[in-house]
Amino acid sequence: MTVTQQIITIAITAIATIITRFLPFAIFQSKKRQTPKFIEYLGKALPAAVFAMLVVYCLKSVDILTGSHGLPELIAIIVVVLLHLWKKQMLLSIAGGTICYMLLVQFVFK
Amino acid sequence: MKKKKVIIDAFKAAFPHTIPILAGFSFLGFSFGVLMNVSGFSFWYPLVMSIVVFGGSIEFVAVSMLLSPFAPIQTLIMSLMIQARHLFYGLSMLDKYKNVGIKKYYLIFGMCDETFSINCSVDIPEGIDKGWFMTAVTLLDHIYWINGSLIGGLVGSLIPFDTTGLDFVMTAMFVVIFLEQWMKEKKHYTSLIGLFASIICLLLFGSDSFMIPTMLFILFLLTALRKPIEKGGGLE
Repeated sequence: MTVTQQIITIAITAIATIITRFLPFAIFQSKKRQTPKFIEYLGKALPAAVFAMLVVYCLKSVDILTGSHGLPELIAIIVVVLLHLWKKQMLLSIAGGTICYMLLVQFVFK
Repeated sequence: MKKKKVIIDAFKAAFPHTIPILAGFSFLGFSFGVLMNVSGFSFWYPLVMSIVVFGGSIEFVAVSMLLSPFAPIQTLIMSLMIQARHLFYGLSMLDKYKNVGIKKYYLIFGMCDETFSINCSVDIPEGIDKGWFMTAVTLLDHIYWINGSLIGGLVGSLIPFDTTGLDFVMTAMFVVIFLEQWMKEKKHYTSLIGLFASIICLLLFGSDSFMIPTMLFILFLLTALRKPIEKGGGLE
């Protein structure tokens, strides 16, 4: 990617963010219109699906057939989940899982 | 002079509410800065991105976008999909961000997940200007994030340990967000739709081009299954 392409990519992410943050206000704040039922529905239904998609997106390059067979990822995710179920401290779960993953890929599954 | 006092009081009242975010954003912002640094980017990248984008997940995703071939349409669609949840924050804040003057534009611009959750849930103390209070929360969070990512971007490769695997912080963050969502909901229809659609599309289309089909598949499933999801309590 050239520097210009990088600037365009960053600008697109910024503009997309601004659009999603401002759009409801632009459409619904000035008028006394009711929010369409379908939009309300998507508002409730989308987040869970999107978060699931993001987890898969993060793991898209993991190859379970070769290399370490996705074991470091699997173990670290289990650590994240267990820490979170135990202490319910977002930062602790994230930090603990990440440190565990780093130790695994640096020392165990080299 | 009176206005100055109103602003100072608002910041004093807002600061305690932002302490957890100070810790979180210092760590995540720092991780983001380091990730950019070890991916070969100057500190200007995390600095500028954190100022103009100010959205944790999208900035992490942007790192891999910047390392991939230039794909503006996919970048736009994916950014819109990742950030789509803000549409629903906006719908929740229509009322609260009313009548706060020109500050409204900054409040909306800086409405990340954490800022939204404070401004949406907090009881603003008597005698504190609500517009300035919410502006203070937004600005403090913004500064924490910029500060963390700038420091990470500056020291990055200088930190005296091997950073291999640090990018897992993003996976861990999404796992936690997903898990919180999972524990909150009574039925898991929509979470399972997201998992099912992503995994099927990943297998069918491969890791380089599965996101857009996944998004369309999710929208299709949510639309087609709306009745059973709503009736079955899948939104509670």
